[in-house]
Formats: sequence, C-alpha cells, structure tokens
Amino acid sequence: MAGSEVVLLDFWASMFSMRVKIALAEKGIEYECKEEDLGNKSSLLLEMNPIHKKVPVLIHNGKPVNESGIIVQYIDETWNEKSPLMPSDPYVRAQARFWADYVDKKVYDASKRTWTLKGEEQEKAKKEFIEILKVLEGQIGEKTYFMGESFGYADIALVTFYSWFYTFETFGNISIEKECPKLIAWAKRCMQRDSVSKTLPDSRKIYEVVMEFSRKLGL
Amino acid sequence: MADEVKLYAVAGSPFVCRAKIALNIKGIKYENLEQDLRNKSAELIKYNPVHKKVPVLVHNGNAISESLVIVEYIDDVWKGVPILPQDPYEKAVARFWAKFIDDKCIPAIFKAFPQGNEQTDAEALEQLQILENELKVKGTKFFGGDNINLVDIAAGFIAYWLGVIQEAAGKELVTKEKFPKLTVWADDFVNFEVVKEVLPPRENLLGFFKKRFGKA
Repeated sequence: MAGSEVVLLDFWASMFSMRVKIALAEKGIEYECKEEDLGNKSSLLLEMNPIHKKVPVLIHNGKPVNESGIIVQYIDETWNEKSPLMPSDPYVRAQARFWADYVDKKVYDASKRTWTLKGEEQEKAKKEFIEILKVLEGQIGEKTYFMGESFGYADIALVTFYSWFYTFETFGNISIEKECPKLIAWAKRCMQRDSVSKTLPDSRKIYEVVMEFSRKLGL
Repeated sequence: MADEVKLYAVAGSPFVCRAKIALNIKGIKYENLEQDLRNKSAELIKYNPVHKKVPVLVHNGNAISESLVIVEYIDDVWKGVPILPQDPYEKAVARFWAKFIDDKCIPAIFKAFPQGNEQTDAEALEQLQILENELKVKGTKFFGGDNINLVDIAAGFIAYWLGVIQEAAGKELVTKEKFPKLTVWADDFVNFEVVKEVLPPRENLLGFFKKRFGKA
C-alpha cells in the first residue's frame, strides 16, 4: 500500500491506542503519530471522531476509523498481504471476536474500579477484577496465544492492559502474577514480540501518570 | 454432509432476533431451541459458560455467543446476500454504528423507561438524534442502502421493541415529529420480508413489557 497516508491520533497511556500501534507494527506500516492532550482535544480529533471524541482514531487517506477493535480489524483487512491478525477459520475468528468483546465489556471497567475506589468497594472490585482475569487465563490455558500458535486479535485486545498491571497491583495491593501466573506467562510471551515490547510504555511511567491524575482528582 | 444449525433462543429477545434475521437472509434452516432464562438448561450453560445468555448459535457442534459476533459469523460462513459491506472502510463504518447502537442507544433507552428522568430522557434523545442524523446524511432507505445490513439488524430494537416499550410504559419519548427519518426507516425495516418473517408477535411483547413495568 505504497503512498498511502496513515495518521494515528494517540494518547501514549491509552491501552486502546496501544492496540492500534501493535497492529500497525505487526504489519510494518509507516504512520504519523499525533499525541493528543485529552484535557485539550485537538480540532482534528473532534472533527474525525465527533460522536465519541476519543482516541485512538486512525486516519487513512483522510478518512477516519474509530474504536480500537474496529481499527485493528480494518488494518488487518486493508493490509492483508502479510501477518494476518485474524484467524482464517470462521469459527476460530468468531472466538477471537468473542474474547476481544469480553475484554472490552469486562476488563476496563473492572480494572478502573481497582484504583478509583476505596475500602470495601475497592475490595469487591479487586475480587471481581481477578475473577475476570482468571476467566481469560482459563481461555488461554496451555496455548501459546489466545487462539493457538498465532498471535492475533484477541491477544492484542488484552495484552495492552499488561502495561497497567503494575498500577492496578500497587493501588490495589494485589499480585496478579500470584493470582494468574499463566496469564503473566502469556503476557511475557507477547512481550517477546517487537510489536508489543516497543509499543507498551514502561509500567512505572503509567503508574506515575495515574498517581498524578488520581491526586488531582482527590482520590 | 448436512449442516446442523441450532439456535438457543428466547422468542421475545431483540438480540436473538438479530441472529434469526441473519439466518433468514442466508436462507439457513435451523432448529430453534426455546430457553427458560429463569431456569437455565445444562446445554445453554455448556455452550455459553461465560455469559450464560441467549442467543447462542451452535453450528456442527461449535458454539458462538454474542449477537453481533453471531451475525458476523453467519456472514462469514454462508455466502449469498451479504450482511456486511465488502469494502474494508465501509465494513469499519458499519461495525462502528452497530457498536454505537449496542454501547450507547440501547442502554440509554433502557434507562429512560419505564420512568426515567430529565437526564435519562435527554441522553436517550441525544443518542437517537445521532442515528436520525446519520439516516438524513445517508439519504437511503436503510443504513445498508436498498437492502438491510449489519447496522439495520443491530438497530432492530429501535425499529420494533422501542415502540412496544413506549406503549407499555405509557411514555412517548421518540415521536414521529422529532424523528421523521427513524420513523420511516423503522416502518420499512419491520416490513422488510426477511425481518417480518421472524419478528415476535407484538401482542406478546406488549404483554411482557406491561407485566415487567408493573402496568399489566
């Protein structure tokens, strides 16, 4: 796809933006990364994602694609000559979509509650969060990746949260490795891929920015 | 080898209806297995252990859950009339609108009925206005053009269930005057052959919601 223009509207700490960056890296696509200040959104962002006003937004030849999971599938379908991100079998593909959907519906909200709540509510949130991670860990099982031997869509959906684990663990006083060792093993396998290790920010940097954010909010 | 297709269903569910419409578009014969959600069958739990919900499509023993995942699966497996656009960009746009309907429109409607308040009403109206505008901009009969596509199927709740909910609650939030495009679209959708054939009877739905809202 030579000569095509690819722009990503990004926020470095967003696990959703990270998904897109991993997909672009897997495909070897060159792109311009525009960092957004979420407290002062650019007019480009508001124009390209008027309904949700969120990152990530992929702008391909001037046309916006929104929602990280949808963007990843778009990237896979458009740059389809190498490194497939979706399984080729329709049933396995449906499973990948199911699990990415599960991550979307469950992981973000549950994880957010582990660092925004206090006391008994936080204890409940921690338990729920670990239960959700255990379901995901159970699905990976003894496999290399979610769907088997090939790294893909479902792995991309979840692995970006790995950069936030240190934050959840520190705020929540939990050890995800202790509770879900196989999940951590899977995450480390994913981190052996350049696309993942070069995309995920340092966990401590995420923690620092979340600390500052929660301080500002008086949490 | 003949395909074995089973659908774990509840007749009144708008999410189950999405799967039925998709199967009907492709002309697939399937066995409809009506479920009692207050007393979930061992089979339902076996095929959808994570959510324990309907619809679940079981195709030659393989179970698929989540209505939009099921619809995409049906489109992937069975050729014929397409449910999603072929072009990757158009596909991404269709998926965006289907997700918008699920993430924003439907939850907002459930919050606004049977009673709601000023805030919930405003939220529901705001999300539906976005859909109304999209129809206006597109200028076509359906979100899919001349034929229904993934977005129309996802929005079936708005075309059919919303009217029943409004009547059962005795509260009209979405009117023809405020939403002229959606009103015409809804009428076209429920009368579209492959949809009409699978919609649950309106009286049954009305009875169900009246009871649920304590107005029976």
